[in-house]
Amino acid sequence: MKLSSSAVRLIIPAASLAVLLAAVFYMQPRAMSYTGLNLLFNLAVPIALATVAQMVIMAVNDLDLSMGTFVSFCACVTATFLQASPGTGILIFLGAIAAYAAMGVIIYVRELPAIVVTLGMSFVWGGLAVLILPSPGGTAPGWARWLMTSKPPFVPMAIVASVVIALATHFLIMRSSFGVLIRGAGGNVRSVERAGWSVVKVRAAAYALAGFFAVLSGIALVGLTTSADANIALRYTLLSIAGVILGGGEFVGGKISPIGAVIGALTLALAGSFLSFMRISPDWQIGAQGAILIVVLAMRLFLNRLEKREKSR
Amino acid sequence: MNGHRLLLAKPWIWSFAATASVWIITVLFTGGASSVGLSQAALTFAAFSVIVGIGQMFVITLGPGNIDLSVPATMTLSGTLALKLMDVQDSMILVGLILSILLGAIIGLGNYALIKILKIPPIIATLSMSFIVQSTAIWTNRGLRIKPPETLASFTTSSLLGIPHVAIVALILSAFAWLLLEKTIYGRWISAIGQSTFAARMAGIPVDGTRLVTYMLCAVLASVCGYLLASFSGGAALNMGAEYLLMSIAVVVIGGTAVAGGNSNIPGIWGASLFMFLVVSMLNTYGFGAGFRLILTGLLIIAVILVAGGRRSTR
Amino acid sequence: MTANLMKNEVVAARGVKLAFGAVKALDGVDLVIRAGECVGLVGHNGAGKSTIVNVINGGLSPQEGVVSYGGETSGHGIATARASGVRCVFQELSLCPNLTVNENVRIMHPDLKGWNWRSRALELVKKQLQEIFPGHGIDCDSTVDDLSIAERQMVEIAISFAGFVVPPKLVILDEPTSSLDAGLAAQMMAYIRRFVADGGAVLLISHILGEILSTADRIVVMKDGRVVADRLASEMNARSLVEAMGNVVREQEYQRSGIARSSSPVLSMPPRRGRGLAFEAYRGEIVGLAGLGGHGQTETLLDLYLSRNGNWWPTPRDELAFVAGDRSLNGTFPLWSILKNLTIASLQELSSRTFIDNARENRLGLGWKNRIEIRTPDLENRILSLSGGNQQKVLFARALATTARTVLMDDPMRGVDVGTKQEVYEILRSEAASGRSFIWYSTEMDEIRLCDRVYVFREGAIVAELAGEAVTEKNVLAASFSAGEAA
Repeated sequence: MKLSSSAVRLIIPAASLAVLLAAVFYMQPRAMSYTGLNLLFNLAVPIALATVAQMVIMAVNDLDLSMGTFVSFCACVTATFLQASPGTGILIFLGAIAAYAAMGVIIYVRELPAIVVTLGMSFVWGGLAVLILPSPGGTAPGWARWLMTSKPPFVPMAIVASVVIALATHFLIMRSSFGVLIRGAGGNVRSVERAGWSVVKVRAAAYALAGFFAVLSGIALVGLTTSADANIALRYTLLSIAGVILGGGEFVGGKISPIGAVIGALTLALAGSFLSFMRISPDWQIGAQGAILIVVLAMRLFLNRLEKREKSR
Repeated sequence: MNGHRLLLAKPWIWSFAATASVWIITVLFTGGASSVGLSQAALTFAAFSVIVGIGQMFVITLGPGNIDLSVPATMTLSGTLALKLMDVQDSMILVGLILSILLGAIIGLGNYALIKILKIPPIIATLSMSFIVQSTAIWTNRGLRIKPPETLASFTTSSLLGIPHVAIVALILSAFAWLLLEKTIYGRWISAIGQSTFAARMAGIPVDGTRLVTYMLCAVLASVCGYLLASFSGGAALNMGAEYLLMSIAVVVIGGTAVAGGNSNIPGIWGASLFMFLVVSMLNTYGFGAGFRLILTGLLIIAVILVAGGRRSTR
Repeated sequence: MTANLMKNEVVAARGVKLAFGAVKALDGVDLVIRAGECVGLVGHNGAGKSTIVNVINGGLSPQEGVVSYGGETSGHGIATARASGVRCVFQELSLCPNLTVNENVRIMHPDLKGWNWRSRALELVKKQLQEIFPGHGIDCDSTVDDLSIAERQMVEIAISFAGFVVPPKLVILDEPTSSLDAGLAAQMMAYIRRFVADGGAVLLISHILGEILSTADRIVVMKDGRVVADRLASEMNARSLVEAMGNVVREQEYQRSGIARSSSPVLSMPPRRGRGLAFEAYRGEIVGLAGLGGHGQTETLLDLYLSRNGNWWPTPRDELAFVAGDRSLNGTFPLWSILKNLTIASLQELSSRTFIDNARENRLGLGWKNRIEIRTPDLENRILSLSGGNQQKVLFARALATTARTVLMDDPMRGVDVGTKQEVYEILRSEAASGRSFIWYSTEMDEIRLCDRVYVFREGAIVAELAGEAVTEKNVLAASFSAGEAA
């Protein structure tokens, strides 16, 4: 029984998460409890949502460099408008999602490099966030707070939410017709076009979906932190890209894996805790993340080579 | 007709025109009192953007997907290490400079090694690299703020005939880069690679070698900029490079360099760098906050790229 | 027989004319395909096969003449063709490699809606695969990436034959067996017969004449944008087909320089993938690479060039120069002037200490402008301001201006006007006489006949070597088309 390439793609992220988790438990057995797990994966939910958003963009062969500032912007809106007057907040979010869709269309129609357009947008979102919340503050809407801090029996909320996110996006992206079209547009635009689909609509929908997940990420983040500031999620641009890659996604060709992406995000969230358990000085934490990224990419290259050799045999 | 063609052929004229108008508006608003100080400050701060911008421009010229995100980390590490090595001694100034150049070369080599060996897009390779470089910088810095050697500090903060020394350094580097780009085989090669890597390869150009040199050049320029910036601001700070990530890309795009590659523009980088600084000071004098400034910058980048277009113009 | 011909037509193209610039791709083509028949379409490169296929499937609109679907002349375009049941299997694979087989079915069949589309798509493609290739063993849940090339081709064929809301009436197969082994190809052909017997229609393009002769009811032979023969398959055989594809006019005699072979070849290469003949070229020789397009000629040229050219360090003395055929893909630098495009390969000779000597560059440019007659007032103009033919001349000048002793040419005359061609041929001859060697891949028979020696490619390997008087259209055609099992 040969393994399909999508299964192979899931092996590395799942294995690295398992190894990392085992190492953490070994070094800090107390982490193996409800509260311990809750603490370890505390920030995983917003990172997972942002990673899924980035993944949808990467499915159509683009890259979103504005993810971090956009999530920050959403967090600021959540802590202010959405809390004070939910109607206005929802309208703002709808507008932001529409802006994402428009971005997807413009990039395709004018054949612009996504990196530069989203870079420009990152200034715009950052500026809007500063305007809304010039200094750290705001309050989380009660329901968001309740949702993120609720304590379901047996399994901590962070893990329940991650599983829900993974399954929901897996269904949407890997199982539904809509997901097939998005991935098809990343794999072979010409054949999608030839079969009579509108690529513009597909891309607009993909970008809008990404915007939607990023909005959820902002709400979840505020639910955890209770307040927001304009720079709250700047790291998310890099974290989300790294999460997709760790999870077995690729930059081109529509090859992505939602479950892998969520696992990748969990791994990144855990890596921070792991490095502090390892007593690695905080100085090297970012560096270790870079090194992990490089090692995973090297491992993937090695596996791909192996697979190719097997195939040509 | 002729003037129209000239404007199209020399897109950097736009950025200079915009710079001049912003300068005039700001000076008018302050009643002319600030014109000298404003110009000097603009030249000084533009100089740093210019130096990193030139490096980034060489990389972007290599074509779609080529970008160096390790610029800020490189600047920080270079500033930190150089100041530490020089240890406030004037006699070590040159040694410090050589160290930062070497450091840049090594980082550039590492960047391209990752791109080539792991077959990953430059954006992720340079990003991973920047994580490691940033960590090294944090580790060496250790919260200590070492002052630059006296002579170097006074050199970077003073001026000659009203022109700041750092601006003169940036000008010399620009002239050198212009020569490299317009008059040498290497300049032709990177432009050819940016237009079509395959065609360049089939014309006998050593594509990998040329790209390697370009990534090294970019890192060296970032490194030198970090050295100067740390000396200018009286010590290295861990976040000193942060704003130069987006800035280095923004000045290249606004300066009229083709984002699709193959076409670079050094005067435009000067125009764009001065413009970016002046817009900030204009908005500050009018009392607008950081929010408006950011939004304006973003819209500007998008407007420029929409007008210039990613699609290669056919004529 | 007459009753068979009377059956209603699925697609009819009548008097179709289509020109790309000066090149007449189709020059009054009549092609009628009726339900219940398999039409074989053969012809050499540039005969117009793929152009007529694109007209029928709606991708191209004819400038003159009409295309009707099921007798209806109203409407044209991809959507109309699809709605009339025309399906096309292209030579390049058009599946999404990152999707599974049934997801590809979903993309190809927009009308496959509803909740359980996945299982219905699976059932559809499984049934069809089973019908065409019994015992295929393809896992339809796996990603296309994980399939072998043969399996991908089988899946694509099965998807095209599968009927959902609109059942296929005409399936166009462009080299459907190119990556199938003999057993699978036989299954494929047997299925075509069954499909046709059930009232479907098939347009079959193949370079394996045996396949065409044994499967098609009727064979249409094209040449130079016209149909030159349209006869029942039973009335033809491999020899008469090759003759029909060839030129009716008596072959002209060309002056070939008798090459005194120097002791060792200037360029050589072992047989590709261990099959066929080895490749050799000698000083002052013009070596032609012939055969149908896409059978490994371009790859051979690229291999030759890339293996002798450094990617890290500049090569101190270039042995080889390359003239591109697909100008926009691997030839011109669109942002540059004519002069820069011309001199890019000779910069090392034009510079001292890495600085380019502009005066020398201009001199070189002007010299070649006059020698090869590039029609432009100023070499500083953009390369794209030139006509296609003149751009091609610049690419020739680029290669000839180098010190390289051997020049590789990748079908460089595609879409170039006759006058330019004659001028370039002259230059090639004089350069060859002065000791340069040329390796020339061409899809045009007239150019192949100019060569001293010709290698014919088929299925990625060199299958024949023709030299001197043996370089004739008939010999090249005979070697390009394999006779196949029948004949």
